[in-house]
Amino acid sequence: MYRTADRRAGSLWLLACRSSAAVTGAAVLAILLFLLWFSLPLLDADTLSKLLSWDWRPFHGGFGILPMVAGSLLLSLSALLLAFPVSVGICCFAHGMGPSGPAACLLRLVKFMTSVPTVVYGFVGVFVLVPLLREAFRSGSGFCWLAAAVGLAVLILPTIVLMLHSQFMLIEPQVKLTATALGMSPAQRLLHLVMPNSGRGFAAALVLGFGRALGDTMIPLMLAGNAAQVPGSLLESLRAMTAHIALVVATDSQSLAYLSLFACGLILFLSTTLVNLGLQLLKRPEEDKG
Amino acid sequence: MKTGYRLFSLFCWACALLPVVGVFGLVVFLLKQGWGGLGLELFFGDTPPLDAIFRFAPVWDGIWPACFGTLAVTGLAALTAIPLGLFCGIYLNEFPRGRLSGILDFCVNLLAGMPSIIMGLFGFALILFLRHTLVPDAGTGLLLSGFCMGLLVLPYMIKSTQSSLGGLPEDLRLMGTGLGFSKSQTIRHILLPSAGRGIMSGVVLSIGRAAEDTAVIMLTGAVANAGLPRGLFDNYEALPFFIYTVAAEYQSPEELQHGFGAALVLLTMTMGLFLAAHGLHHAMEKRWKRG
Repeated sequence: MYRTADRRAGSLWLLACRSSAAVTGAAVLAILLFLLWFSLPLLDADTLSKLLSWDWRPFHGGFGILPMVAGSLLLSLSALLLAFPVSVGICCFAHGMGPSGPAACLLRLVKFMTSVPTVVYGFVGVFVLVPLLREAFRSGSGFCWLAAAVGLAVLILPTIVLMLHSQFMLIEPQVKLTATALGMSPAQRLLHLVMPNSGRGFAAALVLGFGRALGDTMIPLMLAGNAAQVPGSLLESLRAMTAHIALVVATDSQSLAYLSLFACGLILFLSTTLVNLGLQLLKRPEEDKG
Repeated sequence: MKTGYRLFSLFCWACALLPVVGVFGLVVFLLKQGWGGLGLELFFGDTPPLDAIFRFAPVWDGIWPACFGTLAVTGLAALTAIPLGLFCGIYLNEFPRGRLSGILDFCVNLLAGMPSIIMGLFGFALILFLRHTLVPDAGTGLLLSGFCMGLLVLPYMIKSTQSSLGGLPEDLRLMGTGLGFSKSQTIRHILLPSAGRGIMSGVVLSIGRAAEDTAVIMLTGAVANAGLPRGLFDNYEALPFFIYTVAAEYQSPEELQHGFGAALVLLTMTMGLFLAAHGLHHAMEKRWKRG
């Protein structure tokens, strides 16, 4: 009697686990299928050529999404360019360049930064960064590529630092003894042993940071000015794909405009998948070694 | 060469100063601008607080509807993500089946890296799809937002369950076998209670994420000035969306003050949840590393 009850509970348990796993897998698949389904009309050559153009003027029949694609790429790469060196500096500070007490506090602070809502970063950006840029350069409204790039750099900084930190934690014990025996200073150890051996970690941090920057919506939406154009300078405004999706849904409902949303969505989805595949490839050989 | 090292050291110190200045600057700025507006009036305007909370009296000039919307979305997201994530995490850690769980693992990673706006677009597409097929009058609303938000935080829940179970010492599993437990009994009576704190930290973390994300709710039903939602299919207000609209189109200093107040409230909330998650995670690690 007890045994059958136990067995039933056991199989129920297994069923719950299996079905949850199935639902999770199905959800990811559903997201992909929905995006594909709604992008199907894109396969028409005429529509495709209209969407893949540099001209976004929805009231004059221009529905090109290339400015947004370029905007997303420029923005994420520039944010990465700003955040990466600083992250390396922070990580080196935490691993020997700074005194150990402040170093631990710094890492805790960086971890804490992950909990700040992006909309709060955006909000503070609007009222601090934008007026600052407007005053400093005296051109335009201050809502520009540079403002969004700085905002995004702040956002992705913790991601990069924590990734590098975990890589340094792997390398450090391996070289510590040798470095100490050779009488190396912390700077020498970091520059000549730890960093050259963390290539994989650097690559993973770059890829991860890029993915985060590409996928964020609020900071480009609130700080970049959102003009659908390829910016000529850091002080001109641009529009990212994510911001485009948020903006167009909110305003109009013409069919080609909708299609442009799903085209952007599909591009974002595919690039996220690529980023993920890249990360997995970077991780795999290391696991084999260990 | 020596100057090179000195320069490197200088560079590291400078970089280390940046986040400190940034974070303190952010907090001080928000406090300075928002502190004056904090108080019951910020939340409830002229409506008596108790009426607003228990009798659903309308609040015209406060952020209570936005707080309520955020709580509701977060609650619905938790209802979606916690059971699914818990069981899926157990499946991934305790019943590994070669290729299938490898694929599932990849799916979870993919979901974890998915931009939140894609989740919003998915919800939006879901509504379009329903309109064309089964339910012609389907619209965006609280339930849809909660569901999409649940999908967004699902990977956090799965990962934390998986890593909490994976971090338990092998003895516990042997203990189950030694007591003659079946696998599911071992999981239910020994492993889950032992991993409880770690799993709780995942729950808290997911809630924090669900409370702060804006992109998902933008496309699935959050609107400005909706008041309290009348049902699961009604549009609603939410704190992050309120902050966004204030930044984009505030018209009076009072409104701006409310924006700063809302930003402070949201920051305090996510900060508290983050600290709680951190504490739970730490407690879990400490408990099992000693033995």
